Amino acid sequence: MNARQDNGCAGPAEGYNFAYLDERTKRMIRRALLKAVAIPGHQVPFGSREMPLAYGWGTGGIQVTAAIIGADDTLKVIDQGSDDTTNAVNIRQFFARTTGIATTTRTRDATVIQTRHRIPETPLADYQILVYQVPQPEPLYKLEARRAETLKLHAAEDYALMNVKLYEDIAHWNHVETTYDYPVRVDGRYVMSPSPIPSFDNPKMHRMPALQLFGAGREKRLYAIPPYTDVVSLDFEDHPFRVESQGHACTLCGSRESYLDEVIDERGVRIWTCSDSDWCDDRRSVAGTTT
Amino acid sequence: MKRDAMSQASNAVLEVHGLSKRFTMHLRGALELPVLDQVSLDVSAGECIALAGPSGRGKSTLLKCLYGSYGIDSGRVWLHGDDGTIDLASASAQDVLSLRRRAVSYVSQFLRVVPRVSALDVVAQRILEADPAVLDDEAYAQAFEQARAAARALLARLNLPSTLWDLPPATFSGGEQQRVNIARGFVVPSRLLLLDEPTASLDLVNRDVVVSLIHEAKANGTAVIGIFHDPAVRDAVATRTIPFE
Amino acid sequence: MSPQPLLTVDGLTHRFAGARDGRPAVGDASLALYPAEVVAIVGESGSGKSTLLNCIAGRIAPGHGDIRYRDADDRWLDVRTLSERERRTLSRTEWGFVEQNAVDGLRMGVSAGANIGERLMGQGQRHYGRLREQAYDWMNRVELDTDRIDDLPHGFSGGMRQRLQIARNLVTQPRLVLMDEPTSGLDVSVQARLLDLIRTLVSRMHLSALIVTHDLGVARLLAHRTLVMREGRIVEQGLTDRVLDDPQHAYTQLLVSSVVMP
Repeated sequence: MNARQDNGCAGPAEGYNFAYLDERTKRMIRRALLKAVAIPGHQVPFGSREMPLAYGWGTGGIQVTAAIIGADDTLKVIDQGSDDTTNAVNIRQFFARTTGIATTTRTRDATVIQTRHRIPETPLADYQILVYQVPQPEPLYKLEARRAETLKLHAAEDYALMNVKLYEDIAHWNHVETTYDYPVRVDGRYVMSPSPIPSFDNPKMHRMPALQLFGAGREKRLYAIPPYTDVVSLDFEDHPFRVESQGHACTLCGSRESYLDEVIDERGVRIWTCSDSDWCDDRRSVAGTTT
Repeated sequence: MKRDAMSQASNAVLEVHGLSKRFTMHLRGALELPVLDQVSLDVSAGECIALAGPSGRGKSTLLKCLYGSYGIDSGRVWLHGDDGTIDLASASAQDVLSLRRRAVSYVSQFLRVVPRVSALDVVAQRILEADPAVLDDEAYAQAFEQARAAARALLARLNLPSTLWDLPPATFSGGEQQRVNIARGFVVPSRLLLLDEPTASLDLVNRDVVVSLIHEAKANGTAVIGIFHDPAVRDAVATRTIPFE
Repeated sequence: MSPQPLLTVDGLTHRFAGARDGRPAVGDASLALYPAEVVAIVGESGSGKSTLLNCIAGRIAPGHGDIRYRDADDRWLDVRTLSERERRTLSRTEWGFVEQNAVDGLRMGVSAGANIGERLMGQGQRHYGRLREQAYDWMNRVELDTDRIDDLPHGFSGGMRQRLQIARNLVTQPRLVLMDEPTSGLDVSVQARLLDLIRTLVSRMHLSALIVTHDLGVARLLAHRTLVMREGRIVEQGLTDRVLDDPQHAYTQLLVSSVVMP
């Protein structure tokens, strides 16, 4: 039941520093993280290192995790809610090899959770840190590609452009079309990209007891949301942000509150299942239906 | 070109003392053309002064100097009013612009045509421009309608066919353009009215209309200075004639 | 009888680095702009008129001189020492800038409605319905077909783009509008329509405007006063009809006599 993989806390494999990065790099990243936590939602540049995987595979998230992970941490890695995808497995094994720490698939047992494209369904607590993998940290990127200009806009709290984007969506589609990476306002000040999580997950960020850290390796920026911070999805007075119900229940566990993926099962039938595999397993074990 | 000072009327609206103007043609090696030399005159409220004499003696130039279209080289031009006296010769551009809204009107010989603006609006806009207040949409629409009504009345009186009212005057005949010009000059009562050949292209009927308009302006207390090529018109309206030899 | 000016410029001088003969692009320029007044800055290429405009707009930091603007709260601001943030705020609220090329003044990637609404959104307006209403209203004012409110400016003609640019700038009722050759490059009939629109809006909204143009006809039509620039210097200024009908400076006389009348 407990899928805990135990390397025996033997420390990093031979030839590796703990968590792969050298100590000075970790210190640099931690300094950047402190600054990020001090200014919620503000993007802080950092000296992103060459990692043993290509850009676009989570190098930012990995560097953040590497900087904060300690010998007594327990790590969970998910990719679109699942612990089993190639990406999640590779990253989990990478850390297992370079730290020797305990890893888990159970959200409750993890102290550090690295994620791509989802927030776990299980509410997180104040002993946990959630590390997000971010491809494009700049929420204004699609409308204003010039970095220098977006820096000024953020500094001047000039977010007209963001509202323009939402306006366009409503004008064209009658609702805000952004279904993932839906921009949010953090602590009433900075507008931030929550990374490509579905907008379904946005409300979970609001006043989350866990620390939320965001790393973008290719763009070399990180940002943070301290625990219990206000995070509000942008909207219009007459078109408020709403989470659309998917209108289905999970075929496996019957959940109607979790985010569902539409999959085709072995018989070729379309079914809906929880994207968060740990959550689904949990519900099924409680109901006594785990195989 | 030389004129003597006239008697000072107690309700003088305009007092011109020693006005001189020359043109310096830089493109012709700074050739100087003296046009006005020490011109003095005055006009009282309700009076009409006719400037008479052969063309090219500076009559039109004098009117333009008074309106501010031409610069004045020396002399004083006192314009009196309830809000005080101002020297037009040294007035700031802001002051002249302010005076042109209401206090001073000018009917030139030629209508400077603004493209796309109908004859009716050329006249109506004069009324709107006379009031510097900022209006919201509703008030503005109302004010515009009232201005158009006044414009219609005046254009009708000048016998401008109503079919022309909504057309821009660019394609009008000389006489039609002149009547639009006259309407624009008379539609707002002013302190000083400058007329440059107002009846030049008009038939007898409309000439008489202009004469009545001038009478009414005088009766209203307007001081008028005009150039009238037609002796009959001059005789009908002028209180005094100043010869420009 | 004398109201306070809205904008004053004193002794403005600016040299571009690497200028061939060391001649300043703008030399010792001084002017004042009053409320509800339109001033045209005319001159030929190289006269410095656009540089002067850009200095006033705060886009170029001039080498010397003073530029002061009296804001809506009646405070005098030194344009040269404004912080970037203050300048940006002003340029989205009390100021407008109509670019010569509409592409530079519009967001080509968003709809006409969004272009007009952007400044309002920047001011904190967050009601979609009301934003859209105002966009409709302004499209009507600038004679754009409201059916095209969701269209991208790509499909608009040059004249339509300019009108959209004007709407985008005027929606926040600015007190001062700067225009750099707003009608150049447009067909004559399109120009006439645009000039008429500018004239009407400026007068209706009691705007102050500074319009740079090489076209004396534009000055005659739109401006109460005109400044003539040559080789960086203001050689003559005054009432537009006075400057054009009774030019004093040799260069102004040359300019006026060079205009071809149809």
